[in-house]
This record gives sequence, structure tokens and C-alpha cells, in this order.
Amino acid sequence: MNSNIDEKFIKVEDMKTLKTHGVGHWKLQRISAIAMIPLVIWFTTSLMLTLMDGYEQSIDWLQSPFNATGLILLFGTLYFHAASGLQVVIEDYVHHEGLKIVSLILIKLIAIVLGVLSILCVLKIFL
Amino acid sequence: MAEFALPKHSKIVKGIDYPLQSESENPKKVNVYRWSPDDDENPRIDSYTIDLNNCGPMVLDALIKIKQEVDSSLTFRRSCREGICGSCSMNIDGTNTLACLKSIEDIKGDINIYPLPHMDVVKDLVPDLSKAYAQLTSVKPWLQSDSRPEEGKSRKQSPEQREKIDGLWECVLCFSCTTSCPSYWWNGDKYLGPAVLLQAYRWIADSRDENTEERLNDLEDTFKLYRCHTIMNCTKTCPKGLNPAKAIGEIKKLQLERK
Repeated sequence: MNSNIDEKFIKVEDMKTLKTHGVGHWKLQRISAIAMIPLVIWFTTSLMLTLMDGYEQSIDWLQSPFNATGLILLFGTLYFHAASGLQVVIEDYVHHEGLKIVSLILIKLIAIVLGVLSILCVLKIFL
Repeated sequence: MAEFALPKHSKIVKGIDYPLQSESENPKKVNVYRWSPDDDENPRIDSYTIDLNNCGPMVLDALIKIKQEVDSSLTFRRSCREGICGSCSMNIDGTNTLACLKSIEDIKGDINIYPLPHMDVVKDLVPDLSKAYAQLTSVKPWLQSDSRPEEGKSRKQSPEQREKIDGLWECVLCFSCTTSCPSYWWNGDKYLGPAVLLQAYRWIADSRDENTEERLNDLEDTFKLYRCHTIMNCTKTCPKGLNPAKAIGEIKKLQLERK
């Protein structure tokens, strides 16, 4: 084995320290994807059946606890799923360590802010 | 950040044209990537026109014919010429494959031959696979066991247990799949790639191996395993018709089951 290969070998062995999240992230990404299937179907159907009718009807629709619950669940899952998907994209393509950490934190923050905002909007109308 | 400009000396230029010396009813043009570390030149594409009526059926035959009859400086790896050694893997007609298993007849128009994509080039069609080999070593591709088989006996497997490693043991480690994987192109320093993960699963699936838990622990990593986004280039390109993407899927399944 020449020194060049030795050096590369050590690099591969060092990868063990990289262990951050593996199966956990993978699993949650898939669970949120599956959860969104019924939620999105329900929401688009409602959108076509009721929400297109106008402002008053939409407010009425949101005042049902079932609809508000569904929408809150949809927003929660949506932002979670979007953030975990974007995280994978950044890990794939951003190779500058500092930039990577900053963008990963930013994405999580933006998702949390948008998620909380969306849920509060739903609650405001519902309450 | 992603690199958008190619490194110096990456632009491929047109090389030398070697026309046929005699008349032929069945000529075929072979365009081959050439690069030598010995000078400061850019890589080039040399074109060799050969007489197919006087050539073996496979792309490897054409390359050997060119090396013997036209240009002895043409450099490529080859050994068994029957798809067992895995040496002559290269990019032919836009797909990674083994030159010895790729029939000339199946290629319409010119035959374009490049080294395996996204690896450093040693010379011409010879890629530097030392990193990939180091990654292979890191998954300990050998039988690990604390128990000893009965004196003078071999380790037994039932036909069902043996079947579990079918489609895995046949891999000849040509790295056609690994070098076809975009995820490996972008993160080859951290992601193990399909060939190595298939090998890892080959030992995980082997009933005689007793180190499954530790193997799975080592693979449970965002980059080593989970950079696979089921793009499926690996399965599409494998010259042996194996399915590395399925092997990776099985590893992910096992990771899920034990959590």
C-alpha cells in the first residue's frame, strides 16, 4: 500500500465521527411524506368544494374544529417536511462547512417561523 | 460550494485522426479519451477507424486491436476478457460498462470511449480507484466470526441462507455503478457509493457472518449510507445486471427495523 492510499484510507475511517443523524432523519422524512398524502388530498378537495365559494364561506369552513385541526396538522407536516428535504439538498451541494451550518440553521428557523405564523393565523380565525 | 468552472487542463480538445490504411467494407470509428500525466497537455479525443471485418466482437477487442496495430501508447486496464475480473470498466457510448461485455454491434454510429466519470485519471482510460478501494476496505469485506467451525469442516448454510447472497456475490468491483452515481460525484469523499454498499450488504446478508450489528452501526450515518437518493443509475449501468440500489434499500430497511 503506498502512502497516498494510506492517507485516503485514514480519511474514510475518520468518517465515523461524522455520525449525526441517519435513520432517524430518513424515517421522519418518509413519515411526514406519507402523512401529507391524505392531508393534501383533503385540503385540495375542500379548496375546490368550499373555499372557492368566497370569503364568508371560507371563514365558516375554518370555524369547524375538524377543519382547523386538519389545517394545523397540514401546516406542521408541510414545514417539517420542507425543512428536512431542503436539509438534504444543502448537505448534498453545499460543501463549505461554515456556509452549510449557517444555511441549515436558517432553514430550520424559517420553517419554525412560517409554521408558527401559519398556525396562529388558523387559530385567530378559528377562535 | 459547488464548483462551476472546470479545473485547469480539463477542457477536452480534438486529437489525432488515424484513418484506415486499406479499403474496408465495414469501417467503424472509435473515439478515445487520451490524457497523459507526463506532459502538460489538455486531454484529447483521438479517432481510430478500424476494420470490423478483421476485429473481435467486443469493444475490448477493438481497443486491443488499436493498441496492437495502430497506437501502442493507448493505455487501459484489462485482464480476463470475460466479465469476471472487473478491470476494463469504462464509459462506452455514454454508459459505464465493461469493455469486454459490450458488443460493438450494439453501438450505433461512432464508438465513444471515456474513462469512468468523476474519478481522477491516471492515464488515458485508467481511473484512479484508490479512494474507492479504501472505502471498500472500510466496510471490512470479509467474513467476521468469533465462533470456529467444527474441526476440518466448513461453515454450513442452508440453501435458503445461501440464496440471500445471490445477486450480491457476483459483483466484480468494477465500480461502474459508483462512478455513475451523481450523489457519489458530489460527495464521494463521504458517501460510500453503490459498489461498496452492495459489498457491505453482501456480508450483512451472509448467515455465516456474526458481525451484522457492528456493520450496521458503522453504516448508520447521514453521509456514508443516506446520500443514496435512489437515483438508480447504479442499477441501470451495472454490466453484471445486479441491483445495488436494492441492496442499499435493504440496508436502510434493516436500519429502520432495529431502531
